[in-house]
Amino acid sequence: MSDLLSVTPSGLYCEAGGFYIDPWRPVERAVVTHAHSDHARPGSKRYLCSSACAPFVRLRCGEESAISCLEFGERRTINGVTLSLHPAGHILGSAQVRVEHQGEVWVVTGDYKTEPDPTVEPFELVRCHTLITECTFGLPVYRWPEALAEFERINAWWAANQSAGRTSVLMGYSLGKAQRLLAGVDAGLGPIFAHGAVLGPTQAYRDQGIRLPPVRPVSEAPLDVDWPRALVVAPPGAEATPWMRRFRESATAFASGWMAVRGIKRRRGVERGFVISDHVDWPALMEVVAATGASRVLTTHGYSAVVAKHLSERGLDSSPLETQFRGEAEEEGA
Amino acid sequence: MKRFVRLFEALDGTTATKEKIALLRAYFEEAEPEDAAWAVWLLSGNKPKGSANRTRLAAWASEEAGIAGWLFDECRSAVGDFAETIALLLPKACGSETGFTLAENAAKIESLAVLDETGQREVVLSAWRGMDGAERLVFNKLVTGAFRVGVSRDLVVRGLSEALGVPRDEVVHRLMGDWRPTAEFFSSLTDGAPSPLDRPYPFCLAHPIAGDPAELGAIEGWQAEWKWDGIRAQVIRRNGTTAIWSRGEELVTDRYPEIEQASRLLPEGCVLDGELLPWGEGGPMPFNQLQRRIGRKTVGAKLLAEIPVVLMAYDLLESDGQDCRPLPLSERRDRLAAVVNEAGHPFLLSPTVAAGSWEELGALQRSALGRGAEGLMLKRLDSPYGVGRRRGAWWKWKLQPRSVDAVLMYALRGSGSRASLFTDYAFGVWKGHELVTIAKAYSGLTNAEIREVDAYIRANTLEKIGPARTVPPELVFEIGFEGIQKSTRHKSGYAVRFPRILRWRRDKRPEDADTLETVASLFEPLE
Repeated sequence: MSDLLSVTPSGLYCEAGGFYIDPWRPVERAVVTHAHSDHARPGSKRYLCSSACAPFVRLRCGEESAISCLEFGERRTINGVTLSLHPAGHILGSAQVRVEHQGEVWVVTGDYKTEPDPTVEPFELVRCHTLITECTFGLPVYRWPEALAEFERINAWWAANQSAGRTSVLMGYSLGKAQRLLAGVDAGLGPIFAHGAVLGPTQAYRDQGIRLPPVRPVSEAPLDVDWPRALVVAPPGAEATPWMRRFRESATAFASGWMAVRGIKRRRGVERGFVISDHVDWPALMEVVAATGASRVLTTHGYSAVVAKHLSERGLDSSPLETQFRGEAEEEGA
Repeated sequence: MKRFVRLFEALDGTTATKEKIALLRAYFEEAEPEDAAWAVWLLSGNKPKGSANRTRLAAWASEEAGIAGWLFDECRSAVGDFAETIALLLPKACGSETGFTLAENAAKIESLAVLDETGQREVVLSAWRGMDGAERLVFNKLVTGAFRVGVSRDLVVRGLSEALGVPRDEVVHRLMGDWRPTAEFFSSLTDGAPSPLDRPYPFCLAHPIAGDPAELGAIEGWQAEWKWDGIRAQVIRRNGTTAIWSRGEELVTDRYPEIEQASRLLPEGCVLDGELLPWGEGGPMPFNQLQRRIGRKTVGAKLLAEIPVVLMAYDLLESDGQDCRPLPLSERRDRLAAVVNEAGHPFLLSPTVAAGSWEELGALQRSALGRGAEGLMLKRLDSPYGVGRRRGAWWKWKLQPRSVDAVLMYALRGSGSRASLFTDYAFGVWKGHELVTIAKAYSGLTNAEIREVDAYIRANTLEKIGPARTVPPELVFEIGFEGIQKSTRHKSGYAVRFPRILRWRRDKRPEDADTLETVASLFEPLE
């Protein structure tokens, strides 16, 4: 029997159901786990995603995209294949895809994390026979510190910059990470501003009832604004642009799982790094793999070969799946 | 140890000199004397006298983390730093230990030198278990001898000087020579007692002259001397004994018995600054002759006869037991001449180079190589003997470096922040149809060029030999160097001194690179 899901030139494909999951080329029917650019691409005829994810898919793939929505846990049968979406905890609306056919259950995690995050639906563990998991941070050196403690460090950094007269510019991917940062920092310390790219997703989060502190657009800041008191949230690309000049003296920091490694911080030329990741770390990855009960584990993103080898040594049937997902490449943001 | 770890992190997190000094000052003010002594020791680039080898450390860490050896290697290669890989891999600290002081941890590391594998394992594991991540990183760097921080010794001195209220030059002097990091040592920095007898003075160093020497003003105000290519050293004659210190602050008395013996003729309470030079029939021998004596703890009679060494004396730092560094050079020079003439061979007075004008001096400078020198030293006649490298009073006026065009033959990975890139290159020149290595160099390219060369190496690897990757002979680089000598280490039979990449000659094809004959012609045996 052929596999329920397999990699084709257009992406991960369910032949029995006739749909793709996060295809990297335009297709007839695309199931989308979440709206980051390597997962949600424009051009497909029809999209299927979680209701919470739909506004972001529209932002990414166009207003007129044909999108049908599923509530988390709701089942839909397509050509005899039962499909449902379950919270992945990566960003708001991000989903794992559960696919069931003739009693066989596959789960595609998409990008996911299990640690608590007030801006997303909590990760749901879904039992399955075959698991396709991301491995962006699939090395045992990646173990996240407690997010609360890390946010305390961000607050301390912001306060220290205030006394040193430097504007705090905190960088993180504009969809997901930026909102998590906004929700996590101590808004009582001073005014918060955001780069234009962050504003759209932030409003979309608010529209869905996620509580975020007041954020003002940098472009509409009054002329006499006291920048050194402010926190500015910006996407990673902003650091080396003329846009930064308005802050004169600034302190920049980058929030990402990659910041756990000093060498990566150095290579990126990051002044200060905070380890805030929207992906699972190694221990969580191992825990999820075990808890799903899957006997077969296919790995994608990042350290897929390493994770597959490790799991094979632990007696699982595991191999890497060749995909074009970049996950969260070291050179990228998020 | 936590305070020191915070200092390490803070120093690592800033590039501002002022901030670094402030951090150092605050640390030295707050730390216990014994810890502060260790901090000075480590930040000055010294290592604990003990370590554990990496294979063992990797095995213990993998065991603690419950991972296979290959997975450790994967992690190591992703992280790029051995010490950090282990720090990141170890399980969270279990105990509620209050932690150990820097001095206590340093003592543990020094104890490894006398322990067998089982004993070492016990010490290292118990240390790891009681530490958090940042502490482990520093501990691992210390235990592997890889501890480095971006502070110069000068910054440490400035931080100390501010914290202790002791003048900088005094601090430098007290940190010279042999000392051990103890609480007593740290306290002795402030007790105002005279510097110990065995301690050398800080060497006065020169900057290379950038512009036209004529801009230094009237030539009459300057003393010119040959810049000799040997080992800068201080000969200290106090209390009837002699100590010879190299500029690297190594005590090398035993390696130059002819100097030690002759120093008995020096007056009591006398310190000379000079150059240890291999000296043949009336002139210096090439530096590589001296290299045959460097590194030998004891020198046999044969080598002593073959490569006799002299001290070419530059300066007098102490006479009659008095520090005479504040005196003007002209006066120190007179006294030096008297001392050296009295003592005789192997003490030689560095000859001054007389010239009526800067042009005339320039002509002489260009003849330096033929005299076995690398250029000229210019010293202001009215200047005191300074501490360290300061601008103004001393300048070195070296011959222009020469260069060859050479072909990239193989490359190795860099270390530290360059661990993921191939940045260390070996270059060759043509000997007939074959390339022979002439130099290894790793500096001189821009970051963009390094990335480009790295990508080229990855895409064009012919063979992986150990850590080295060979590539087809395609890329040509101009390699600058300061001297050239015969060598058995390189296949070409020559080695260049201080090689560095001047530029990437994209305009040259490999066949345009230099030949061994060209290189040989640059090698000018001394008359």
